Amino acid sequence: MQLIKFSNINGALAAATCTLLAGVSNAQADEKSNDWQFDTAIMYYGEPDRVQAVEGVVSATKDFGDEHVFSTKLVLDTLTGASANGAVAQTSAQTFTRPSGNGEYTVEAGDTPLDDTFRDTRVQLNLAWNQPWGANQKVGAGLHISNEYDYLSVALNANYALDFNRKNTTFSVAASYAADEYSPEGGIPLALSKMAIRGDFANDDAFNSGFDDTRIGESENKDTLDVIFGLSQVINRRWLVQFNYGYSQVDGYLSDPFKVVSLVDDTGSALGHYYESRPDSRSKHSIFAQSKYHFDSLVWDMSYRLASDDWGIDSHTLESRLYIPLSDSAWITPHVRYYQQSAADFYRPFVQGDLAEYMSADYRIGQMTAYTLGLKYTQKLSDGDELSMRLEYYQQTPENSGFNSPGQLADVDLYPSVSAVIFQLGYKF
Amino acid sequence: MKKQLLALSLMSLALSGCANLGVNPWERDLLAKPQMQLAAESTDMALDDHIYFSKEATSGGRSFAGGGCGCN
Repeated sequence: MQLIKFSNINGALAAATCTLLAGVSNAQADEKSNDWQFDTAIMYYGEPDRVQAVEGVVSATKDFGDEHVFSTKLVLDTLTGASANGAVAQTSAQTFTRPSGNGEYTVEAGDTPLDDTFRDTRVQLNLAWNQPWGANQKVGAGLHISNEYDYLSVALNANYALDFNRKNTTFSVAASYAADEYSPEGGIPLALSKMAIRGDFANDDAFNSGFDDTRIGESENKDTLDVIFGLSQVINRRWLVQFNYGYSQVDGYLSDPFKVVSLVDDTGSALGHYYESRPDSRSKHSIFAQSKYHFDSLVWDMSYRLASDDWGIDSHTLESRLYIPLSDSAWITPHVRYYQQSAADFYRPFVQGDLAEYMSADYRIGQMTAYTLGLKYTQKLSDGDELSMRLEYYQQTPENSGFNSPGQLADVDLYPSVSAVIFQLGYKF
Repeated sequence: MKKQLLALSLMSLALSGCANLGVNPWERDLLAKPQMQLAAESTDMALDDHIYFSKEATSGGRSFAGGGCGCN
């Protein structure tokens, strides 16, 4: 009982001290705190010759008093462009059937096969409620819905946090359960079946029947359970750290219905392209550590993530953000991110001889390194609103994890790099 | 099970070690700044997570790994 009273006094002291120290600008912010707070952004993502996306976000938060906070977020994005279909490049032109089964596309000699029919619009809505539970605990719950033309995801989440050691230590646990349904145009392909190509059939009817033989249905499902245990600790007046352990279990249809793997002969010539096959479950573990350090004026945010899963993919992610004040109301934030992953056990850039039970040529589960360099400029306006601009460059470098390239495959690029530019405008009010 | 035990014992070790760490409420001036919040830049992080979820094999860690999109 005494403990609880003591911590209440601590809480009150903290609030009083912060208000005193923060001065006039925060007093203005406090006046605003009973109103809705909005955080909005629009982002452009562009890969030359591949995917272009535009994403808009509006987040709104309202404190109903005593930290009873309702928050909601609406995200809209639209995506167009081309994505690698997994087939190998060849020294001659190649023809592929579109995922819908309606029509073909041709890839020039030497080019990485890209399916240029991607066009999607996504709407995402998040709702969340968070509130204190007694003196030292917090609870929250949320709902996440994301809907695309061919994809629907609904997730529920809950979180719990316990403060102790004068609120310098916080233990938290959060869980999320998501149910997703995938209904791609043209249906779900039969894993390991050969892509039907119109030229191999005598007439349209024969082709349509051949294409239908590669389909198993209209849609497939997957379920994802995520659990995260977190520990955050104030080290001293300038330094705060956080550690998370995360477990994720995904079950269901985990293949990509648009991806194929090429079967090649000894000369590296493609004999056909076969729809990929991934296991129907995946368990992932991750450890995430973050440090925030306040120098005299700079703030340095540094994080590291180690992840490992039962597909054989291990990854390391290092990220750093430095907040450099330019004046009382403006700062720049350089951002660096480095990412490295090993290949899934069943990753194959192509297959020779027999097909494997599980195989995918999707470079995104192959060995790869990636880095991001970015710079953000933030300007606080006289009325407390905040304007920001962010420019980032992202480069992925897929690597060969030990496959020999027979015949003509030695003359083409099997591991092309992908780069992207990201530009974002943000406004908080 | 072994991993869970290890995680638990590491956590309790960390917690007992943490008892001497920290600040008094009147020393939270720097920690109270927006840049010092663990969830600072949450909009940027969410947008980044969506990009990396669709371009890389690993997701989550900081928050939930489930992406809820068919990202190609």
